[in-house]
Amino acid sequence: MPDYTLADLEDWGKRILDKALELGLDPYPQEFEICDHNDMLGYMAYAGMPSHYPHWSYGKGFEKLKTLYDHGVSGLPYEMVINSSPALAYLMRDNTLCLQILTIAHVYGHNDFFKNNFNFKTTRAESTIATFKAHAQRVRSYVEDPSIGAERVEFVLDAAHALSMQMRRNRALRHLSDADERQRLWAEAQPRPDPFHKIHRSPDFSPPDLQRVPASPEEDLLIFVRDHNPYLAEWERDVLTIVHEEACYFLPQIETKIMNEGWASYWHREILNSLELPPELHLEFLVRHNQVVRPHPGGLNPYHIGLRLFDEIQRRHDDPTPEEREAGIPFPSAASGREAIFAVREVDRDVSFLRRFLTEPIMRELDLFEYEKKEEELVVSKVSSREQWREVKETLLRVVGMGGTPIIRITDADFGGRRTLYLVHEHDGRDLQLEYAERTLSHLHRLWGREVLLESLLGGKKQLMVFGENGFSTRPA
Amino acid sequence: MSTGAIFRPFRHSEAERSDRSAGDRLRHRQKIRESIRDNIADIIAEESIIGKRGDRVVKVPIRGVREYRFIYGQNAPGVAQGDGNVQEGQVVGQGSQQQKGAGDQAGDQPGQDVYETDVTLEELVEIMFEDLELPDLERRALKQIPAERASKRRGYRPVGIRVRLDKRRTARERLRRKFATRGHTAAIEAPAEGEEDRYPFHPDDLTYRHVVTDFKNESNAVVICIMDTSGSMDTMKKYLARSYFFLLYQFIATKYRSVELVFIAHHTDAREVTEEEFFHKAESGGTFISSGYQKALEIIDERYHPSLWNVYAFHCSDGDNFDSDNPAALRTAKQLADVANLFGYGEIKPLGSRYYESSMLNLFRRLDAENFQTVVIEKKEDIWPAFRAFLAKDRAGVATAERPAEA
Repeated sequence: MPDYTLADLEDWGKRILDKALELGLDPYPQEFEICDHNDMLGYMAYAGMPSHYPHWSYGKGFEKLKTLYDHGVSGLPYEMVINSSPALAYLMRDNTLCLQILTIAHVYGHNDFFKNNFNFKTTRAESTIATFKAHAQRVRSYVEDPSIGAERVEFVLDAAHALSMQMRRNRALRHLSDADERQRLWAEAQPRPDPFHKIHRSPDFSPPDLQRVPASPEEDLLIFVRDHNPYLAEWERDVLTIVHEEACYFLPQIETKIMNEGWASYWHREILNSLELPPELHLEFLVRHNQVVRPHPGGLNPYHIGLRLFDEIQRRHDDPTPEEREAGIPFPSAASGREAIFAVREVDRDVSFLRRFLTEPIMRELDLFEYEKKEEELVVSKVSSREQWREVKETLLRVVGMGGTPIIRITDADFGGRRTLYLVHEHDGRDLQLEYAERTLSHLHRLWGREVLLESLLGGKKQLMVFGENGFSTRPA
Repeated sequence: MSTGAIFRPFRHSEAERSDRSAGDRLRHRQKIRESIRDNIADIIAEESIIGKRGDRVVKVPIRGVREYRFIYGQNAPGVAQGDGNVQEGQVVGQGSQQQKGAGDQAGDQPGQDVYETDVTLEELVEIMFEDLELPDLERRALKQIPAERASKRRGYRPVGIRVRLDKRRTARERLRRKFATRGHTAAIEAPAEGEEDRYPFHPDDLTYRHVVTDFKNESNAVVICIMDTSGSMDTMKKYLARSYFFLLYQFIATKYRSVELVFIAHHTDAREVTEEEFFHKAESGGTFISSGYQKALEIIDERYHPSLWNVYAFHCSDGDNFDSDNPAALRTAKQLADVANLFGYGEIKPLGSRYYESSMLNLFRRLDAENFQTVVIEKKEDIWPAFRAFLAKDRAGVATAERPAEA
């Protein structure tokens, strides 16, 4: 039985919120739900959403989580919080009072981050729950529609899931309409005004290809297919939209994992330290806190790295070494270290956060290293030494957040005049996994209905992967 | 200062908490099943499965339920934290593990989705045969014997034992009687003062379910495994043969209530042996295939008379027979084909040995019986296709309907 009552939690919840507001956090209204491990597994499988459309992949996720949990391989998180207004968080019933207090404080950290970090501005938190519910209802209505049915819906969902992460990464940038984009290309192609045009030879003017679709390479694959394949049914377009919108919703969380966890860990520590906990609770808190933010050798613990960096930013501001003072403190305009980290939580994402604040001493302290796969073994290739730390850092910046997803753009929707879809992989040294590329292209081929081509580098050579009516093949491009 | 958060208590009632993932889990299970079926030829060729008991749980590697996306393969280094003392060149893990980079999405690394699932052998056999689209094996009309006794309902009766009382019908009878006597009862037996207006059951109301014992004619089957155990049958050949017999037995067992197994080992002469001896005891010497068939015929004659048993005989050999025995082999094979429902000959020719070793296939080509089939097994991947081909013969036999008169 739990060692607390609901009244205890409400009481602590109120104290924590007061403290959080006093310390300057600015969260959405918060709701907590007490649940057991089964509910938690269910919520985890569906990304925390109270309502979500059905798809077998969530059943698979559930089975996997449950197997890992039942065999004691991995425990369950103490909490789960979703980005919505009011923010919804789930607390595990079997946790001790101390853990619940820690968790509630941690949740407010996430909540504040959701509300204030710029990446989340596009997620429309106030309608999250309703949106997901509407998505679920629409997908279910297609499943139940006798002229559509579960099988065809699953077919489209499978394909859409395969492509959902191929999207523009910075949703805050406005996506120009086709007409505006052509206008921009035209304007860009114009010769620069030259005050000395009388003595300069006039530059060659080559007009941009304004007939090409898309006007500029396009990263939102699902949306492009939705808008440019005239043979899709209305419900199919809607399913693509739904999957795309969900991906957009989760994108900021993928892009800010380290910051988000670091920020929440920072605040649960600050809040609990200022709450004057009874000694036995405080002792348990210290133990739990250290479990959460300890380094994971062989992995990257976002709680640990994020918290360490926020602490470091604050220290460099409040108590810089002479050399650091020389080099300049992170936010000169901020009045205090605290104010500086508030600014950081608003304007950064993991990539920029690490790029700006992960310094050589910290890298060495965290003992970050780069590894490569060599004949079924992962071998350390570079360590954070004086010579190599920059390269290790560059690698880290490439794999963090959406860095694990290749950038692939549609450059031509009518390649060769045959409505063939031409895609280009922006190669950054990492090759595509060929089997996965083949299967994913087959999904794209289904949605597009015509041949699809993907240009990439494989083993240093330019290759064209083709998926058409005769299946998959590769040829040198 | 603030309005506190809302805390929603734990809902103890199961009814309030739905098992929301049930439908998606079911669909996932179905996909796993499909995946198993697609890879059945690989799976049953695994050594670990052959020869296990039906309720044994086997591990089956699952493919095909991966969620594909564009991901990185080669030249994709990752970054991780060390324990404070990591050196260049140190091995930090196995490549098959999921990449431990900061990419935190689920299911986006190859290898992560290849997992094993537990399936009982019975389930596996069921999956194996469910898409074979085989009709029930033909059973000989005269060979059916009463095998199953089941109870079957046969209407209702006014008499019977208490447990078979049909309460619903009894109550209905009472009501019917009550309505039928409306207006009369009051006159006949008006209830006494203070007494309830009762209308009790009458023995005539009681209705019992009538149950009869139903005899189902079921047939028994015997699988006769004949194997050449001469010196030329090495372990690999025996393993292939064993796999084949195993499948045959599993399949026959799904079609009949009781299946018996007979093992006959032969070199120049044949004897009935136990399963253990059959597969593991090495013998030496030459081969008279006819000896094995003769032994099978004897056993059928003694214990499994074709009027009572469905006989399935299968013979595995490497085709290395003494030439002088060939006429006898052909004659006995013909006799065996006459008494058996299905008789097969499998020539085990591990890869490469096919062309320079002698073969019985040419000889058996002359055997003209519709229920006789020869297959060639070169490697373990052949087992499943060969097995399908073998059973297809039975199907063809059913299609052409008429079979030669019983021996």
